[in-house]
Amino acid sequence: MEFEAVMIPSSSMPLRFTDKCIACGRCVEACQVDVLMLSEGEKHPVVMYPGECWYCGACVMECPVEGAVLFRHPLMNQTKFVPVRRKQ
Amino acid sequence: MKRWPYANEMNEISTDEADVLVLGGGVAGCFAAIAAAERGRSVILVEKGSVIHSGAAGTGVDHWESACTNPLSKVTPKEIAEAYMDEQDHYSNGIAHYIECREGYDRLLDLERFGAKIRDTDDEFKGTAFRDDETKLMFAYDYENRFTLRVWGTTFKPALLKELKRLGVKIYERTEATSLLTRETFSGRRGIGAVGMNVRTGRIHIFKARETVLAMSRPARIWLFHPDLTGLSEFRPTQCIGSGHAMGFRAGVAFTMMEKSVRGEFSAAGRSFPPYSTGNNHNTWYAATMVDARGVEIPYLDRDGNVLKTVEERYYPAKGQKFFLKGGVIDEPKYEYRGPETMSFDELMKRGYQLPFYADLSSMPEMERKVIWGMMVGQEGKTKIPVYEDLTRRGFDPERHMLQSYGTGWQSASFLAQERQLFGAPGGIITGWDLKTNIDGIYACGDQLYAMDCAGAACATGYYAGRKAAAASMEISLSEADMDAVHAEIRRLYAPLEKEEGMDWRELNMAVAKLMQNYCGGVKCDDLLQEGLDLLKHYRESAVPELSCRNPHELMRAHEVLDIMDVSEMILHACLFRKSSSVPLCFERSDHPEKDPEKDRCYITVYKDDDEVRAGRIPLDYAGDLEEMYEKNNPGERSAG
Repeated sequence: MEFEAVMIPSSSMPLRFTDKCIACGRCVEACQVDVLMLSEGEKHPVVMYPGECWYCGACVMECPVEGAVLFRHPLMNQTKFVPVRRKQ
Repeated sequence: MKRWPYANEMNEISTDEADVLVLGGGVAGCFAAIAAAERGRSVILVEKGSVIHSGAAGTGVDHWESACTNPLSKVTPKEIAEAYMDEQDHYSNGIAHYIECREGYDRLLDLERFGAKIRDTDDEFKGTAFRDDETKLMFAYDYENRFTLRVWGTTFKPALLKELKRLGVKIYERTEATSLLTRETFSGRRGIGAVGMNVRTGRIHIFKARETVLAMSRPARIWLFHPDLTGLSEFRPTQCIGSGHAMGFRAGVAFTMMEKSVRGEFSAAGRSFPPYSTGNNHNTWYAATMVDARGVEIPYLDRDGNVLKTVEERYYPAKGQKFFLKGGVIDEPKYEYRGPETMSFDELMKRGYQLPFYADLSSMPEMERKVIWGMMVGQEGKTKIPVYEDLTRRGFDPERHMLQSYGTGWQSASFLAQERQLFGAPGGIITGWDLKTNIDGIYACGDQLYAMDCAGAACATGYYAGRKAAAASMEISLSEADMDAVHAEIRRLYAPLEKEEGMDWRELNMAVAKLMQNYCGGVKCDDLLQEGLDLLKHYRESAVPELSCRNPHELMRAHEVLDIMDVSEMILHACLFRKSSSVPLCFERSDHPEKDPEKDRCYITVYKDDDEVRAGRIPLDYAGDLEEMYEKNNPGERSAG
């Protein structure tokens, strides 16, 4: 049988690749959940299974080019911070 | 639809053999493989992901617990291991804890030798109370007794991978272990290897081995599952769901404390936030200053309820107390071991403190602030990119901002009682002093073991199991796999590929999670548990054959759900077997409400005997005097520390 590559969408996209990406594939090999795929001739990997990402950042840790892959949490998980408030 | 970028190797079978087979490439499995390879044995390591960042400690670890033989420690392995046991009323893995306390520091030195960073070689924290300026080792929590270290764990997995390669360990990545191979001998069942499948190509692997080490962590996605953000369902890696427990259970391995589960603490897909990304004062963030919405500081109290006046006091035992236990799974320990902690939420509410709370590092001494934000947050798993860099990029500055706290405690959320997890120190495989299971030829280490936790313990037990397996492998011959069993396994594994337009694996995972919430929730009883087993049987018969996958990746996920079902079945049986409630086991029964009656103060084991599921009973002190028994079982073992 033929294997079909089907992207499974999710409500949130954890990664975005920029023009700086050199398609070296290190992020694909670093991802232990195997959510990334890089096909021959493509400019950058595709996030095939964004919902399965566990947001560990290993892809960014292994990427040799700063700014090539951008990481973000789903909006609901972006913790709030405020200026320091002090009452004695 | 794209072309599948990997080779199609369906129905191709490779065979390989080794003296020692290690299943699972997290820190425990890596150390098991290294121990066996150091002793000249041929080793195969099987990892579903990729070793460089796989497992719970894949992207880092910041605290290395209970390394009692480090040169600055004022406590002995015996003292701390016995404290862990006492703290949990003996529902704790004394063997694993003693190994952790006794050999943990040696493993840290190994990591340094492999190229990892374990001490403040860059002199960033010179002169601080938590650093020893001579050795440059840094300590967390208890600065007096110095038995838990602060470490640069982002360097650990890459260093372990380098060492594995250097030692010539054969590493099979993107390969899921799917089942254990066994044969019946004159003296009982014996493990002879395992079957695996490449999760990109579908190739089948037969691994023949003299000894097998299980290092596949612990179950997840049993009660908690989010069908959209599946990767955030639980605290641990997406695909780390207890395959080791499932295949062990199917092969007849004995487990204990599987009836223990806790109310959910972490599900970033659900009610909580990514771990360590919120204001809190636990583990990595100990002992951050916390304030309420008005900016009023939340008091830290000693174990007697006295308010601590300085930040420094948060890191020292109370008067008359030798040491305190903190970190990892220690939550509200007994008085004897209790360290400083912020006032309880209920008490704060009574006194008019206003939500939300915040972690306010700005007023802390500079070095205490810097060691939390930038070292601990940064080196702990899933913090370098997801917390430190992410928040910094969004503009967070710990000198000017406070980070919001959510929910009522450090977990950052409030879950329902039916939303449960195997978090903390849950059940698992029960072994003897050689970390061998009840099945000859099969060992276990790391979080596959019952009632233990944390990276130091995983590394220590991993190495120990590898050492024991290596020694045992000298006397054993390789066995041929039963090809009927192998072909039955291949049929089981490939079945969803044969089915067109059937059920998505997420639908089944969701149904099982809801089943467990309904039938194995906060309060259990026989009738509910039996209905749960009945429904699970129905899902096996009617839903499993409907599973449909289009490629090996989806197949890997479908296999995970099959394993989740096996673990769920084991848990339901374990709950049925304990006919009383238990406080240390967080186990509440409406039909047997009596808490911890003397007759049930023991380990209840659960194991499969062909098609029957049986229970056994083992005394809580079966491991004996921990120090004596360690010495007896490991003559001549000396710590480097």
